[in-house]
Amino acid sequence: MEKIAGAVRLVALNRRAVALGLAPGLGLADARARFPDLEAVPADTHADAALLDRLAIIAERFTPGVALDPPHGLLLDVSGCAHLFGGEAGLRRAFVRAVRRCGLSVQATIAGTPDAARALARFGRVGVVSPGMDAAMVRALPVAALGVDDATVRALARAGLKRIEDLADRPSVALAARFGEGLTRRLRRTLGEEDARIVALRPLPACATQRQFAEPLTHADAIEMVLHDLVADAARLLEARGEGGRRFEASFFRSDGAVRRIAVETGQPSRDAAAILRLFRERLDALADPLDPGFGFDCVRLGVPITDPLGPAQPDLDGQRAEAFALGELIDRLVARLGRDRVLGFAPRDTHDPMRETRHVRAGSAGGLGRMPPWPAPEPGAPPARPIRLFARPQPVDTLAEVPDGPPRRFRWRQRLHETLRAEGPERIAPEWWRAGIDEPTRDYYRVEDRAGRRFWLFREGLYGAEAVPRWYLHGLFA
Amino acid sequence: MPVPRPVPAARRASERVAAMLPMLAPAVVRPPIALGVDALDALLGGGLARAALHEIYAQSEADAAAATGFAAGIAHRAAGGRSMLWVRHNPLDALGGRLHAPGLASIGIDPARILLVRAPDIAAMLRAGAEGARCAALGAVLIEPWGESRLIDLTASRRLQLAARASGVPVLMLRSAAEPAPSAATTRWRIAAAPSRAQPGNAPGLPAFAATLLRQRGGGGTSDWILEWNHDRSRFEHIPAPLSGGVVPVPAVRTHTAQRRAA
Repeated sequence: MEKIAGAVRLVALNRRAVALGLAPGLGLADARARFPDLEAVPADTHADAALLDRLAIIAERFTPGVALDPPHGLLLDVSGCAHLFGGEAGLRRAFVRAVRRCGLSVQATIAGTPDAARALARFGRVGVVSPGMDAAMVRALPVAALGVDDATVRALARAGLKRIEDLADRPSVALAARFGEGLTRRLRRTLGEEDARIVALRPLPACATQRQFAEPLTHADAIEMVLHDLVADAARLLEARGEGGRRFEASFFRSDGAVRRIAVETGQPSRDAAAILRLFRERLDALADPLDPGFGFDCVRLGVPITDPLGPAQPDLDGQRAEAFALGELIDRLVARLGRDRVLGFAPRDTHDPMRETRHVRAGSAGGLGRMPPWPAPEPGAPPARPIRLFARPQPVDTLAEVPDGPPRRFRWRQRLHETLRAEGPERIAPEWWRAGIDEPTRDYYRVEDRAGRRFWLFREGLYGAEAVPRWYLHGLFA
Repeated sequence: MPVPRPVPAARRASERVAAMLPMLAPAVVRPPIALGVDALDALLGGGLARAALHEIYAQSEADAAAATGFAAGIAHRAAGGRSMLWVRHNPLDALGGRLHAPGLASIGIDPARILLVRAPDIAAMLRAGAEGARCAALGAVLIEPWGESRLIDLTASRRLQLAARASGVPVLMLRSAAEPAPSAATTRWRIAAAPSRAQPGNAPGLPAFAATLLRQRGGGGTSDWILEWNHDRSRFEHIPAPLSGGVVPVPAVRTHTAQRRAA
């Protein structure tokens, strides 16, 4: 039930309520007057939408081209998919069975165009329309089957136009003049005079292969074998097109409707079945929540949503290219196991702020490590000016003997006392005032070596005189 | 007519055998990694064995940076311009400091040739390290855990040793806050920081290490070395006499530096 135009009305009914003669649009008070023990709950449109989304995922095992038709419909583009299920009737049967298993009642129609199928499913109670019969079947339906708004339907009824055939026989110019272009377009599409493809929920992969099973798969070895076959199929398809995949997405459809998607990516376009399979194995191995077959997978699909041109296989790569290629494959394997954010390269940034001097870039995004920007060469003969290890958060140290404008003679870091033997500095690094939100004191950095030979990068925050008590921090460690 | 497929178990076994073949074959002769100090290289039989696992322990937590520098120097000499994989255990960033690329660049090690992996745990670190050790395109693999772990045991070290032997990629295990434990490593080092040779103005000099060769497979006992990393020549150099805390100042040998600094 839902509040419509000031009254609480029924919006959706179950089978038994329909059998009792109730209909959507009836006021709740009227319905209660006829059946006092009627069970009514407020309509939850969000839950309905979520359910439709889940149904769309279930529907994806029948075709990758699935679109939502809210509030309670799905449109499936089954072109070229029917043979997998033994023809259109078989596909429809399998689909209806899958939805019924979720405890829902369903009307499904396969027709030549999406609009005709929708009209016939809602008003026609037809299973599969044989090719070319769309228009004939649709003509007998009421005008409401066009899916236009109620006001238009009422206006058409007042004009005596009750069925689609009444409209189809009239000149469309007159209809368009009275009811708008939308109505005539709907009419043409529903009659199959104009073809409109659906826009799939998820973009259709450039290349996809799948396997259906009469008997759901549960064994890990069998699942891996299927994946092996699918990858080999995809590799052949890609080779024929002169392409390589950058992303491979395996969808595992469980017999109870759940779907698990596992994707791997490669830095370079690839159609090397063995390497791709290895990435999948890494990925499956590293999953925090392993692939759970439950009562088994009844369908596995492999899609390649991202592809790039890739020439024919070249067995004789020269040494350097072979090395770069092997490195790229290593990066792919590490990424498949650990994730993109854990496999990194170093890129320099033009700044004096030691915290921002290095940028971690994801390895492989620029095609391996080969194209990283260059770093400055070390100064000949000069000791390192920057530490080999840097603390993200400078560590406070206690200084015991301070000299104005010099490094401390002794300092304590992590409960250990260090006595300064050599020092160099200060190197003054001012905060980058031009960056918004930066309000830090100037830092004076010193390279300090203690009696044991440990080399530290210390800094004093603020200036003598300006600050009441300057604070000392340890920022890094030299080799 | 369906084509009969190999039984998965059988395929696995054949793959396993195929993977073992390189280990069974006699290892290709690969030149050792000369450190640049003749006496030390002679002791090691020409240098550090290339296709092998080497362990480098920091003497104390405060010496971890010195051990890092020593390991980076060896990896740099081993890689010879090729990329190196550096696998770090994540807690290190907070406890021992991040690997700082400008610092590496300032001792002549090109950060652009380093592939950094930040492993969330020891198991992932070891797997990534082994994955790298099998990739012959790498110049060196560094594995850097934090602290002790029962996962870093004899079996894990043997796996790394075998992978290194098969691919010819040296694997360096860099350990801080840990005590040496039994392992299959070919050599084991203990590294502490050593006083550097002072620059003019009593400034700290080039990286200096007190390196102790604790163990060498098929070799003699321990030996101590004071080494310095010279990034101009990309090699280690021997600092002859252990300096007694800088009481005796060493004359500045790099005169051109002194001139440049004075200019």
